[in-house]
This record gives sequence, C-alpha cells and structure tokens, in this order.
Amino acid sequence: MQTNQLLAMFSGVLLLLGLIAFFMGRAKAARVRARGTTMYAQPDQYAWFAVVATAGPAITVSAIGAFLMLLLGADIPTFYLLASSLAIAAVGLVAGINQVRPDFHARQAIEQVIRWILAGAAVISILTTFGILISIVGEALRFFQMHSFWDFITGTVWNPGASFLAAAGRGGEGGSAAQFGSVPLFAGTFMITAIAMLVAIPVGLLAAIYMAEFAPSRVRTLAKPTLEVLAGIPTVVYGFFAAITVAPLIVDVAGFFGLDASFNNAVAPGVVMGIMIIPFISSLSDDVISAVPDSMRQGSLALGMTKGETIRDVVIPAALPGIISASLLAVSRALGETMIVVMAAGMRPNLTANPLEDMTTVTVRIVAALTGDLEFESAETLSAFALGLVLFAITLSLNLVSVLMIRRFREKYRVNNL
Amino acid sequence: MRHSFDDISAQLRSRHRRSSRMKWISMGALGLAGLFLLLFFADMLNKGLPAFQQAQIQVEIDYNEDAQRMGRAALDPEVSRLVSRTFERLIPVRMRDNPDLLGTTETRWVLADSEVDQYLKGNRNKLSDAQQATVDALVEQGRLDLTFNTNFFTSGDSKMPEAAGILSAAVGTVMTLLVTLAIAFPIGVMTAVYLEEFAPDNRFTQIIEININNLAAIPSILFGLLGLAIFINFFGVPRSTPLIGGMTLALMTLPVIIIATRTALRSVPDSIRHAAFGVGCSRWQVVRDHVLPLAMPGIMTGSIIGLAQAMGETAPLIIVGMVAFIPDAGGSFTEAATVLPAQIFTWAGEPERAFVEKTAGGILVLLAILIFLNATAVILRKKFERRW
Repeated sequence: MQTNQLLAMFSGVLLLLGLIAFFMGRAKAARVRARGTTMYAQPDQYAWFAVVATAGPAITVSAIGAFLMLLLGADIPTFYLLASSLAIAAVGLVAGINQVRPDFHARQAIEQVIRWILAGAAVISILTTFGILISIVGEALRFFQMHSFWDFITGTVWNPGASFLAAAGRGGEGGSAAQFGSVPLFAGTFMITAIAMLVAIPVGLLAAIYMAEFAPSRVRTLAKPTLEVLAGIPTVVYGFFAAITVAPLIVDVAGFFGLDASFNNAVAPGVVMGIMIIPFISSLSDDVISAVPDSMRQGSLALGMTKGETIRDVVIPAALPGIISASLLAVSRALGETMIVVMAAGMRPNLTANPLEDMTTVTVRIVAALTGDLEFESAETLSAFALGLVLFAITLSLNLVSVLMIRRFREKYRVNNL
Repeated sequence: MRHSFDDISAQLRSRHRRSSRMKWISMGALGLAGLFLLLFFADMLNKGLPAFQQAQIQVEIDYNEDAQRMGRAALDPEVSRLVSRTFERLIPVRMRDNPDLLGTTETRWVLADSEVDQYLKGNRNKLSDAQQATVDALVEQGRLDLTFNTNFFTSGDSKMPEAAGILSAAVGTVMTLLVTLAIAFPIGVMTAVYLEEFAPDNRFTQIIEININNLAAIPSILFGLLGLAIFINFFGVPRSTPLIGGMTLALMTLPVIIIATRTALRSVPDSIRHAAFGVGCSRWQVVRDHVLPLAMPGIMTGSIIGLAQAMGETAPLIIVGMVAFIPDAGGSFTEAATVLPAQIFTWAGEPERAFVEKTAGGILVLLAILIFLNATAVILRKKFERRW
C-alpha cells in the first residue's frame, strides 16, 4: 500500500477510536453520576480526557518514529510503525475509560495537556531561530572548508567564475581559479545603506519632530497612517520603481552636471530604500519623543527657552537612545533588503567610492548564487550561506544593541508602551 | 558686558525666528515624505493603467488547407503580422479538434500583437511605416480598437506580452497564503496565549520573548535560506510549490501574529479573568470562553496585517524557487506555482517594452489588494475596538 493510503487509514482508525473513547467515557461518567456519586469533573471533561489518552500517545509514538526515520535514517517499515501506534491507541482507550472515576481530576489533567501543547507551540519560534542558525552555519562551514575564511573576509576580488567545474570534478580546466573575497560586496552594501540612511534619517526624524511637537492632532492622526503606507508597499514594487523611474532620472541629472552614471548606479536603490525606511524611523521616533515627560518641556519653557531650543536642547537629547535605536533598526533593515537591490543595483562586484557606478550587494549575490542552475554542492551556491551568516551576525547584533538602547530609555522614563 | 533692550529684543526675535524655521523645516520633511508617496502612486498609475486596455483586431479567418499546418495562412497576409502569435498558433489546434471548420470562413475580434498595442498607446514600437499605415487605416475602419483587457485577469503567464495575465500568479498567491495562515495562525495564537496567560515569568519565557522580537527583525532573505536548507534539502518538501512558499512565509508571519495577539490579550481587563475564576473556571476555561472571544477582533486585525505583509514578500520565495514560469493556474499545493510579487519580478526582467506596462499593471493589482486588506483591518479595529 502507498504511504498516503496508510496514513489516511491510520487517521481514520484513530478518529474512530477517539469517537469511541469520547462516547464511552461520557456514558460511563454519566452513569456514575446518575448513581448519585459526586465527581470532581463534568462528564464531558472525562470524555475529553479519554480522547486525549487515546490519541496523544499514539500520535507521539508515530511522530517520534517518523522523526527517527528522517533524522537518523532508521529503517522502520511505515506499516508496522502505524500499526503499533494504533495498538498503543487501543491501550490508551482502555486506560482512559478506566480512569473515569469519581476521585479523578479530569479537568486538571486536560489542563496540564493543554499547557504542554501551548508551550510546544511557543518553542517553535525558538526552533525557527535555531533552524536559521543551523542551516546557515552548517552550509557556511562547508564553504569555509573549500575556501579560507580569511580570504573570504579580506579578499577584494569576488569571482566565482569556474567554481562549478571544480564541483563537477573538473577543477583546473576552466582557466582562473575562483575567488571569493567579499569586501566589494560589503562595500556595495554599506554604500547603498549609507545613501538610504542619508535620505531616511533626516526626513524621518524631522517628520517625527513635526508630528510629535508641532502638528495639530488632526494632522497627526492623518499623517501617521499615511507614512505607514510607505512601509507597506512591497519591496518588489519599490525595486521596479527604482529601476524604471528613479535610475534613468539619476542618469539624466548626472548627465546634466557632466557626470557619467550607470543605469545600475547605487544612488537609485539607495534613495528608494531610504524612502521605504522613513516610516520605520519616524514612527518609533515619534513614539519616543511623545514619551519624553512633559515636565522637562515645561521646565525648559519656564527658563525662557523658545520652542525650537526646547526641542533641540532638551527633548531630542532625552529621546536620543530611542532615536538611535530606531536608526539602528533601520540600518539592519537596509542591510538585509533584497528586492530593491536585486532589481535596481548591478550584478558586478565593484570596489569603488563612486555611487554613480554600478555595484552589487551581499543580498544580490545570495539571490544570484541560489537561482542559477548550479549544483547545490558547488562553492558558489555555498558561498550564499557564508554571506548569509555574516548578514545574520551583523543584523542580529544591530537588533540587540537597538533593543538594549530602547530598554534603557524605557527604564529612565518609566514608559511601558514602547 | 551690558546689552541695550534693543539688542536683547533683537536677539529674542532671531531666536523665535529660528524656532519657527525649525517648525517649517520639519513640516517640509513630512511634506517631502508625502510628496514621495504621491509621486510614486502617480508614476505607477501612469505606467500601469494602460495595461488594463488591450488592442483587439477584427480579422477574417479562412480555414483553408494550409492553415492546418500553419495558422498564419488563414489570415490576410496584410494583417497577419498584426495579430498575436498566440492566436495564430491556436488555429491548427482548433481545426484538428473541429474538422468541420475546414473550408469555412469566420470574422471575429482577436488579440492584436503587442507592437500594435504599443503603437496605439503612443509608445515606442517596432512597426514599419507601412504597417503603421495599415494600422491607421484599420482604426479608421473601426476594425482595430483598444478594449478592456479581460485577458489580463483570465490567463496565466506567457512569453508574448499581449497574452500574459496574472491569473496563475493570483491562484498561487491564494494557495500560498492559505498554507501560511493554516500554519502561522494557530501556532501564533497558541504561543501568545501561552506567554500571556500560562507561562511563569522565568528564564525560558524571557528567552522566547527576546527570540520572537528578534525573529521579527531578521532580514527576510534569511528565511529563504532556512526554507532551502531545512525544508527542501533536509525534509524533502518539493521546490517551487505553494507548500514550501507557505511554510517559509509562515515562519516570517509568526512573530507579527504573536505580537498582535499578545497586545490584544493584554487589553482584556483582569476583572473579566477574576470573575471567571471566581465562578470556578479553570485557567483554560477562562481563556477559551472569555479572554479569547474578547480578544478576537484584535487577533484578526493583526493576522490580516501579517498576511498582507506576507503577500508582498518576494525575496524568500525566490530562494525557494517560486519564480517559475507558470502558464496555467495549478490546483495543487505540491505543483510548481508562482505568486503575484514573483510574477512582477519576472515581468520586470523581460526585455520587451510591453512588459513594463504589464509589470506596472500587476503592481496596481497587488497594491489594490494590499490596500483592501489593510483597510479591512483598520475597519475591523474601528468597529470592534472596546474601551474598558
């Protein structure tokens, strides 16, 4: 029989057993109660306990069996595994019905099971992080066995070139050896991030100052969601906008000043990314500035400072940890942004300080390495995971610093809604 | 040093001027952001709206012997260049399916070539002068016209710009999001319920909390790497399918749903819980019968917003191979599929001018759906918002 047929039969039988457990458990509990004995729980609760006793162990056993087969490659025939699970279900059924006694706390037992199921769901988020870490570190280690870590960090030439030949056992045929120096990629990434920040931080911060300090409340309630729209637009749309509309515009403007710009210049994705990030900075900064206690403003105004001076010399310094935290989050966002740079930045690793030239980024190379028709084992494919590892490390530390900053702010002013 | 009153008031005036200058500059920054938004939407509408119109041409189809082998022979050679090749290819197929057609003629409106379409819309095109004259003459006779592009909504991807549509991508998006919702919603709500209502405040709980906040800030492309290395290479989930795409997106949506659900649970006042405990409910009964129903509107709002985010996500889906060329909408979770943003990405990479319009048209559809989803979330929140 096919595996899915077996599975269908397994779930069918299990469902049947569960139904039997439910009705038998309820009937027995009702019978006991009808005799006038006081019980700790309602008949339905005994019934549910019987169901849990039937299905729980059986599903656990089959899941463990499936995991053993997948992870350790243990060879357990599916039929026997499922059959034994069903046997366990039958035993559980009998035991569950047997537990329907007046002195048994069925409700508390169910409560315990539910608590464990909920805790299990909560663990999934941790497993996700571990999954990311393990998948990236594992593949990155395999990459670093082929190419030295030091060359990867300090090399200035990224030329995967003929690495796929080496993977096919034909190394040395295809001319020059592959080089994986990631410096040009990170230079490109930081260049585009810097341009994005040049746009996003001034505009976002000033917009936040206006919304928190100057704007009438009507403007504020309207402006905040409008700015959020900028963050809700899919990045692939921004990428198209950058490539089709902004990049030619920048080439024209550069041409007007007698400069020569590439159509894949770094300015277009940088500026568009900056626009996308404005709400990240403005929203959080707005919250932080609003959370600065009014007594500080009153004190400053009472000393005769103007409104502008109060904002510049009192409010902003007080809110600085929060603002820095918002900016760090924005930087981390910009570093990991993919679609805008894939569509609007170049493919050529290029170590240059001129933002009008084409340059490529880490995320672009990750996408390029994993969408080609290459063997998974090739060094170029694995290099994507090495790049991902560095990206993960950088964004993780930025996020952690940002969280620490905002926590310090929160403790200083005792605000809880940040 | 002493200053006259005049000096001091001049100084004061300049300080106040500086203060109001700050106000205007910061107002300008907000205006600039709004201007970006306006420009962006104007540009997208300008580029995308023409995609909802398509040139149709009225031709006479002569089902002769030659047309059985080469569809083009059925058409007047003067206009055959102006008709979409996808239609010409269909003629022999139709004649094979329906042998009675041989020897008959038929006049009908068919899809025109994308170059004709672009010419009519005033864009750059590859038509020769003679062809342009023919097109003008046909328009004069009323045999060539721009009509509403139903094809864009009823067909899948195609290499011919005039025949390409978003149907297969839309179906793929719906299936992918179904998988995402089926995984992320229960797990997210359960996690949030555990953290808010059950968990003791210990190390383990704190680690989970930090972890969730961190997951929300990890670059999306890394989730793609996870999907590739763990789901595809390790667990053997088929590549390019709604299943793998949905699973990857579910992990990304999880933190959004968890954070929204926790906020919603926290806004339910403790008096409700106390009353329920007071009449003898167990913890789970309190949560199931009282707290969750009251928190549901907030949970729904958060889930819709998370879903809208997942819908626009492209990078992790590219990594797990969801940029396939899908001409027909599939119906299975384990068949190759594509999603709207990935379709937009594919079209953006096509060299033909006509695809720019298609891309922008697809973007308009995507934005419309996203705006609809977010508006639903806002209305839901407004309608069910309760002040305790």
